[in-house]
Amino acid sequence: MENKIVAKNVNLHYGSKHALKNVSLDIKENAITAFIGPSGCGKSTFLKTLNRMNDYVENCKIEGTILLDGEDVYDEKVDTTVLRKKVGMVFQQPNPFPMSIYDNIAYGPRIHGIKNKRELDRIVEESLKAAALYDEVSDRLHTSALGLSGGQQQRLCIARALAVQPDVILLDEPTSALDPISTLKIEELLLDLKDKYTIAIVTHNMQQASRIADYTAFFLVGEMIEYGQTKDIFSIPKDKRTEDYITGRFG
Amino acid sequence: MLRSQFHIELNNMHVELDKMCHLVIEAIDRCVEAFQNHDLELAQEIIRNDKAINDVERSVESKCLSLILKQQPVASDLRDVSTALKVVTDLERIGDQSADIAELILEMDEKDSYLMIEHIPSMARVAIEMVTSALSAFHEHDIQKANEVKKHDREMDQLFEEVKLELVQIVKENKDHVDLAIQFLMIAKYFERIGDHVVNICEWVEFNQTGKVNDTRLI
Repeated sequence: MENKIVAKNVNLHYGSKHALKNVSLDIKENAITAFIGPSGCGKSTFLKTLNRMNDYVENCKIEGTILLDGEDVYDEKVDTTVLRKKVGMVFQQPNPFPMSIYDNIAYGPRIHGIKNKRELDRIVEESLKAAALYDEVSDRLHTSALGLSGGQQQRLCIARALAVQPDVILLDEPTSALDPISTLKIEELLLDLKDKYTIAIVTHNMQQASRIADYTAFFLVGEMIEYGQTKDIFSIPKDKRTEDYITGRFG
Repeated sequence: MLRSQFHIELNNMHVELDKMCHLVIEAIDRCVEAFQNHDLELAQEIIRNDKAINDVERSVESKCLSLILKQQPVASDLRDVSTALKVVTDLERIGDQSADIAELILEMDEKDSYLMIEHIPSMARVAIEMVTSALSAFHEHDIQKANEVKKHDREMDQLFEEVKLELVQIVKENKDHVDLAIQFLMIAKYFERIGDHVVNICEWVEFNQTGKVNDTRLI
């Protein structure tokens, strides 16, 4: 399997806080990679370095390299809008825009210059279908997205990310605010989507990582402790700290 | 430590498992003793105690399933619980076979001595040694020791072949000994099967540490 993203010796400081310590990690194409670890371990911070979301954080200093398809995402020539089109993101709390379902999905393509209504109709329909939401909302595309359930809103956010045709989808605890059925729907969706996209997900739910991720990385106090195939991490972890964390011996 | 309830339950399961190991070692020890001394009372006690072994097996199984249901164990905890679930089956079979031998002892005459068939005492000795060493390897998580124990199974198989030859000879010499020969053959077969179950237990010692059985990855 090809590496989609290659991170080498990534160090990140928030002011005096050393939040990522020499993290090196390859993210495989068309696979799901999960980042696990206790709160504050750096997993979300690392996820956000992949599409430069940390650029918005004051006093944030990043060293090392992150290559996407062999190109350095921190190169000064990189247009972050284009980068974030390629590397989409879905957050913990579903955050639909206060507008219609249709306009939520069409928002990104419009920003990227698509004005043709027929083209937008096609993108909206395809994105909603890809996010397994179309059948539930096809008769109310022009009603407010805020009227959807939490699970539907999160699938809408995934559809919104898909609408700009990304290569990579980053998800930061996308199901932590959802009920078990909505969670399973999102998990099934991610398993379907990995054939076309590269997916990286931060999760506190260890069963979720073991259910859907092909690869899992365990972070602890800013360090990436262990990375490997998920079945290895959850059956025979190499590092005692990984074993202690996933078996709940950490206290 | 987090998940203290989980560790209490895991520990409770291990207490039951240790009890089962102890009962099985006791059963095979007594079985050989009853056979050597034609001790019918002891043979009956072995049969009675087999129920206790079966009850502990159910208790371990129930505790393992409850741990899986409530705690979804992973890594060493998952290997630990699955090993226990597998090992109790072989322990229970060893208990059954000891009871089966005890039942045959009850059917035999005192004159049909333990020493009549030269290689049966050797099979009994190897069986006790294998069970005791395997359970010690299991408790100590000692794969090397488990592999050593597995080698004794060949010795057990060879002894079984020897017993068969001896019995054929006995029947050839006196056809009236056919029933007796069948009883001895069954006893020998039970010892040989005990060896096979011990080999299984040794394989789970490897799994518990490595996730592999005979170098094949299971999880």
